[in-house]
Amino acid sequence: MNRRVGILALQGDFSEHLAAFKGLNCHAVPVKHPAEVRACDALVIPGGESTTIGKLCQRFGLDEAIVELSERDAPIWGTCAGMILLAKEIEASEQWRLGLMDITVQRNAFGRQVDSFEADLAIEGVTSGPVRAVFIRAPVVTEVRADARVLARFDDKIVMVRQGNLLATAFHPELTDDRRVQQYFLNMINSS
Amino acid sequence: MTEKSTWRNKVGLAEMLRGGVIMDVTNAEQAKIAEDAGAVSVMALERVPADIRAEGGVARMADLKIIEQIMETVTIPVMAKCRIGHFAEAQVLEALGVDFIDESEVLTPADESFHVWKHDFKVPFVCGCTNLAEALRRIGEGAALIRTKGEAGSGNIVEATRHMRSVMTGIEHLKGLRTEELMTEAKNMGAPFELVKEISESGKLPVPNFSAGGIATPTDAALMMQLGAESVFVGSGIFKSEDPEARALAIVHATTYYEDAAEVVWACKGLKGAAMPGIDVASLPEEERMATRGW
Repeated sequence: MNRRVGILALQGDFSEHLAAFKGLNCHAVPVKHPAEVRACDALVIPGGESTTIGKLCQRFGLDEAIVELSERDAPIWGTCAGMILLAKEIEASEQWRLGLMDITVQRNAFGRQVDSFEADLAIEGVTSGPVRAVFIRAPVVTEVRADARVLARFDDKIVMVRQGNLLATAFHPELTDDRRVQQYFLNMINSS
Repeated sequence: MTEKSTWRNKVGLAEMLRGGVIMDVTNAEQAKIAEDAGAVSVMALERVPADIRAEGGVARMADLKIIEQIMETVTIPVMAKCRIGHFAEAQVLEALGVDFIDESEVLTPADESFHVWKHDFKVPFVCGCTNLAEALRRIGEGAALIRTKGEAGSGNIVEATRHMRSVMTGIEHLKGLRTEELMTEAKNMGAPFELVKEISESGKLPVPNFSAGGIATPTDAALMMQLGAESVFVGSGIFKSEDPEARALAIVHATTYYEDAAEVVWACKGLKGAAMPGIDVASLPEEERMATRGW
């Protein structure tokens, strides 16, 4: 089964996501236009600047295409900026968001760039030891509601959440060589 | 084990800025305009390069109060410039909490022999280059992001294209070399051997490569992206034009859809006034060129 995984390529580290999925022999394609998004079976919203990606989504009609994808129950994974855009609530921010997940996020929760870090994370549903997680001006989840489920925490802070076919990580699995989180997402796709 | 400010954290932030526009701003109001237009980052400055060029004198790191006001106003990363070799300015900018430091030829160099040793810092650095060898020297010193220099404040894209083509041709050349040729090549280039070898094997720079210096229109941005830039810095081009808000939006649009001429047409139609006045770079005396600062 080779489903089409779209990587939202408006802005951010979409090349790293593309390379990671291609390395898993996945049919991954960069998507920039609404019709390209609609043609996908799953979507990744990469790291980048959430305000920039959000404005571009609104300006070029990708917002509606992504919401339609989620209404079809297609798996969507957001990393960092992608997590912020998936959240319904963003603390102290009026910025536009897709608002698909019942979570509240706090932006730049660990501080500015000099506070960016790497750490080992135990992730529910990911076996064979901890995952090295790269956090860059990262957000955290401060509240989960409805059926949103916490998959990982760092220092008691929620950094990975799943709700149905929606997945959000505050860190960047695409920046390391470990592909277990990508595999987790592919399993979501294959069972959807 | 938790580790702060790793090399992956530094290069990672540069990677998050890909496909975007970084805009020069001189106050909080301009920073807000830039963020609202979709800038991925702002560069906090006291004067844009066109004004530095016009007014002359020594150009230094910006007033910290201005940088702080900009940091308080926007949520996107804030960059600031230090003079080439002025590691004390860099230390102050790091302590203030800026997200990226540009060791920049736009300011008056503080040291005629040595650049900052950037590996010592927690904050990532971006540096300018005019060719591949210069890029590799800066990466060797710890730059996590490279930008081609162009000619800042000129409103003229010719130097930006020259420098980008030079870097891209340099990479292609290294890819074609045999292993035994690399040491001599590194010697002739004046670049670190390990990086020469790495690029010969991987066919790409180990850090992102952006373009700067002379971008004034949406089509300038589309040109640089098609030549291999992964993002663009726009200095004087926005706030020295007649239509900063509309131009900022249009340049972001053209950078996102750079390979699609119909989209760039749409971006250009959004412009509402003239671009910044330009300078014929060939007429600039050697001592007024910024691109030749640094080595």
